[in-house]
Amino acid sequence: MANSIPKPQWQVTGQLIPMRGNDAVAYAVKLARVEFVAAYPITPQTIIVEKIDEMISHGELEADMMHVESEHSALAATYGAAIGGVRAFTATSSHGLAYMYEVLWWVAGSRIPVVMAIVARAIGPPWNIHVEHSDVMVTRETGWLVSVAENNQEALDLTILMFRVTEDPRVYLPGIIGLDGFILSHTVEPVDVPPQEVIDEFLPPRRQPYVFEPGRLVAMGNLMPDEIFEEHRIDMHYSLASASRVIKEAGREYAKLTGRDYSNLTECYRCSDADYLIAGTGSWMGDAKIAVDLLREKGLKFGALRLRWIRPFPWDEVREVGLNKKLVVILDRSISFGYAGQLFIELSSALEAKPSIVGVPAGIGGLDISYSDIAYIGEEAVRLLEEKGRIYIPVLWYHLGGFKSLPPSRQIETTRRAQFLSIDIESIGEDENR
Amino acid sequence: MSSSTTERKLVVDRRGHFLPLSPSEVGSAGKTGSWRTERPVLSPEKCTSCYLCWLYCPDDVITMEPRGPEGNEIPVIDYEYCKGCGICVDVCPVNALSMISEEEPIEIQR
Repeated sequence: MANSIPKPQWQVTGQLIPMRGNDAVAYAVKLARVEFVAAYPITPQTIIVEKIDEMISHGELEADMMHVESEHSALAATYGAAIGGVRAFTATSSHGLAYMYEVLWWVAGSRIPVVMAIVARAIGPPWNIHVEHSDVMVTRETGWLVSVAENNQEALDLTILMFRVTEDPRVYLPGIIGLDGFILSHTVEPVDVPPQEVIDEFLPPRRQPYVFEPGRLVAMGNLMPDEIFEEHRIDMHYSLASASRVIKEAGREYAKLTGRDYSNLTECYRCSDADYLIAGTGSWMGDAKIAVDLLREKGLKFGALRLRWIRPFPWDEVREVGLNKKLVVILDRSISFGYAGQLFIELSSALEAKPSIVGVPAGIGGLDISYSDIAYIGEEAVRLLEEKGRIYIPVLWYHLGGFKSLPPSRQIETTRRAQFLSIDIESIGEDENR
Repeated sequence: MSSSTTERKLVVDRRGHFLPLSPSEVGSAGKTGSWRTERPVLSPEKCTSCYLCWLYCPDDVITMEPRGPEGNEIPVIDYEYCKGCGICVDVCPVNALSMISEEEPIEIQR
């Protein structure tokens, strides 16, 4: 029933189609007129390339699809096609990304624009196919642009934007769109698919720093003297850090064409008059907005700060919003074992630890976190702040309705939300019928 | 590494981005001959001009020139860039090439 689709809050410029997050990425690839795709299947990413394959076989997209034997080859083939001068795309998740990790460095170091979707999923063992951000977070160090979508519409829009930004001569670096496994990848939402002519206007023909073609002799990836290697890395950092300006420019233009504003690297919900912030990235920040409303009803002036981009790091925006707050609660759906969640590490350094800060890893391995969980986390953080005056806690792990106060900081007492199912470790392996 | 590093040509695009490219020419990775601990040396009278060493050399430092005892083509090795990997010695079917320690005095073919 077409009329049962809820009316979206954004402007509809083309056709409103109910689709999964993975389909939204595939539609964006089609609109960007990608000419080459290579991939290897892995849950929950597979639908993206299946959908693209379907579009190619139906004649809707003129592209070559290469089925390869591994993810290492998938990105290597995409990279090769891109060096050859065509707009190229691939997608992966979790173990697949881990397997192509070496090639991530090759693509970025070569300054070749390539766009990849990562459907975020836990990395095993133990085996787990559900959402967390461990895979997206390991790409931060590789020289790729990294963005994370909140919903299916954003998955489509960010993919299109990513082609524009990565192929800008001021940037010339590859880019990643992260979207949450199952929560977005397999969940149907209404998505506005802009008309082809709008995207043709937005996306110029492909540009890249050099093209490999037969007859042109050039050595690639050669040994370089250390001082030139370092110059190369300085330029990579400069280009990636200053890509913020290019993203804002492209975002403003995209807003003019579609009515959807991507001129900021972050999204702020009720931030300006807030005393406290909930910060994070990904789909659960939609729940965080509901949590903010609930907390405000209780008299706690919260706001939500969502990082739409992880790299370049939205330094200016984070500081402008966060520096004068009393408390920032940072939600992390991944952990850098032995210290804290990656967003805690990044945001607390950008905020010079001026506000009180609590890092809350949660929802690991796809554990469901609802808006009421996030509201509870916010409430508990304010309680701790009022009890102690100032707090700086790297890891207050939220797990099944309670908190685990873990190192590196000293243990603190917390409340428990409710009783949940918990298994006594002593009972594992016992025969219940004995 | 040594002073050879300054001879290298940089490849920079119009925006000033450093690219990991080098001109495809001799010595684009520096004077790699200094890496050697052993060098391949030819006994010209044994060479049958089969070209296998020329074919297998991974660094393209062997050229075939008509300098053999009967005017036949024999490998001439560019010791400025030969890394001393020994592959040519390994593939030679008549043992015309052998590896000599760099501590031995040099007696290069003329």
